Amino acid sequence: MKANPNKLTFASIETNRGLEAALGGERADAIGRVSHSGLKGRGGAGFPTGVKWNLAAAAQSDQKYVVCNADEGEPGTFKDRAILTDYADLVFEGMTIGGYAIGATRGILYLREEYTYLRRRLESVLARRRKEGWLGEGIGKRGDFHFDIEIRMGAGAYICGEETALIESLEGYRGEARNRPPFPVDTGFKNHPTIVNNVETFAWISCIFVKGEDWFKKLGTEKSSGLKLLSVSGDCAQPGVYEVPLGVTVADLLELVGGEDAKAVQIGGASGNCIPASEFERTIAFEDVPTGGSIIVFGPGRDMLTVAKNFMEFFVDESCGQCTPCREGNVKLLEGIEMLEQGTCSMHYLRELCALGETMQLASKCGLGQSSPNAFLSIVEHFKDEIMGRRPEAAAVQGA
Amino acid sequence: MLRSEQEQLRKNIEQWVEQYGRDRSALLPVLKKVQHDYGHISEYVMQVIADILDIHPVEVHGVVSFYSFLGQRQKGRYVIRLCRTISCDMQGKDRVARQLRNDLGIEFGEMTPDGHFTLEWANCLGMCDEGPAMLVNDRIYTRVTPERIHDILEECRKSFGVYPTPMKEAEPA
Repeated sequence: MKANPNKLTFASIETNRGLEAALGGERADAIGRVSHSGLKGRGGAGFPTGVKWNLAAAAQSDQKYVVCNADEGEPGTFKDRAILTDYADLVFEGMTIGGYAIGATRGILYLREEYTYLRRRLESVLARRRKEGWLGEGIGKRGDFHFDIEIRMGAGAYICGEETALIESLEGYRGEARNRPPFPVDTGFKNHPTIVNNVETFAWISCIFVKGEDWFKKLGTEKSSGLKLLSVSGDCAQPGVYEVPLGVTVADLLELVGGEDAKAVQIGGASGNCIPASEFERTIAFEDVPTGGSIIVFGPGRDMLTVAKNFMEFFVDESCGQCTPCREGNVKLLEGIEMLEQGTCSMHYLRELCALGETMQLASKCGLGQSSPNAFLSIVEHFKDEIMGRRPEAAAVQGA
Repeated sequence: MLRSEQEQLRKNIEQWVEQYGRDRSALLPVLKKVQHDYGHISEYVMQVIADILDIHPVEVHGVVSFYSFLGQRQKGRYVIRLCRTISCDMQGKDRVARQLRNDLGIEFGEMTPDGHFTLEWANCLGMCDEGPAMLVNDRIYTRVTPERIHDILEECRKSFGVYPTPMKEAEPA
């Protein structure tokens, strides 16, 4: 892997100092520090990590689980691969801190099948940590805290990035999202309280316990504290993983990655939003444009209808099929795009499709279906001139 | 399938269930093991697993049909998965796909007549800054060009007979 121009904070963190710091205090103190840091989940939904851990800690059960969501399937996302490749210790350390904080003894890293080539190395890191006493019985200097982590593989389903679908997969079911409530912090894996957090979230946990929650809190914005890893790809000079404080503007990010002439940026992958050049002053933060880390840059020559079609094909393929709005709606949106390609879509019908997209956002069962029309709706809104009234020959030529 | 092969298969599944835990959460790891060692998951396998785990065969079938890395159709010794999501698409995946079709003589979703290669699409391999990307069994290739396809396929062909985990012969139809 080429040297990244933007050195990550993770590189300067000494492994296991965070875990020692956590074990040096009470469980409630550990959760308090996480809450005070303002850390929100780095997988995209942005749920406050301290709140989640507090709920799990309060739940009464003979067994609890810490699950690391390494099912990084959002198109345009690869930051978790980079973290697992170079900073796996910080992830496992963060999971161990989570286990201590909520009173769990079992951890599971759910690794997507496409990343099988990482598994051997991750298993060797786990083995070393057991040997060194950071996993297993009697962790650290305490005799009363036991925790171990196993790796479980996914089997190729994008929906399993959703936490309840992931738990279903771990239990041996189709990865279909569960009804909520009950929430996983009460009834998760095998009906025990479970926290599910992103790879990056656990890595930041380790950093927070070394550098302090105040360090994390003062970075970013008031509502979106801390740093964020972004996976930048597409039409830019230097794609790669970048660490930025939340609240950075799209324009500043494009300058950093060499994509200043972009006409649009897809933030949040296929389930995110398309930001046109006129809105590049918007900020990447939970209160403005949230993202799990996928940033796809579209240069001046990109055909936005081809982009939208790729996203809709993705969702048609990856919908789990459980609920009607997602299963049928995505097919209809894709058909609409094909009509636009042929130049046969009326404005009336396009408005009907947009209304359908809004219905999908309201009525789909899980986050996949609720967010699947986002790209379509934002591209239609901002690039109407480009996508309407085409001649089929033009589409064919561009496709050649 | 010969009866002795059926018995060996059942023994293997019993062993894997013991290894992963005799409850429903063992289902996916066991299915993955069968897929890896046998190239596909036959109806007989589903029956055996359902029997051992004490669940209905329909449940096993539902799980097999849900996940893209599991399937009833026999797959080749090498499964090539080309990423088709937007970042790799923008970096030239179409030409790579065309070259794969040219060199293998099959369409996506098909297996070569000799049983050596299956061609599939993948939905994001997480190599978006180094596309086009391709997964050949567990090995990841990045910045794939049409020119490199031949060398990659030749590398696979050279290793026939020394595959790290030997695959069984394809089951008679």
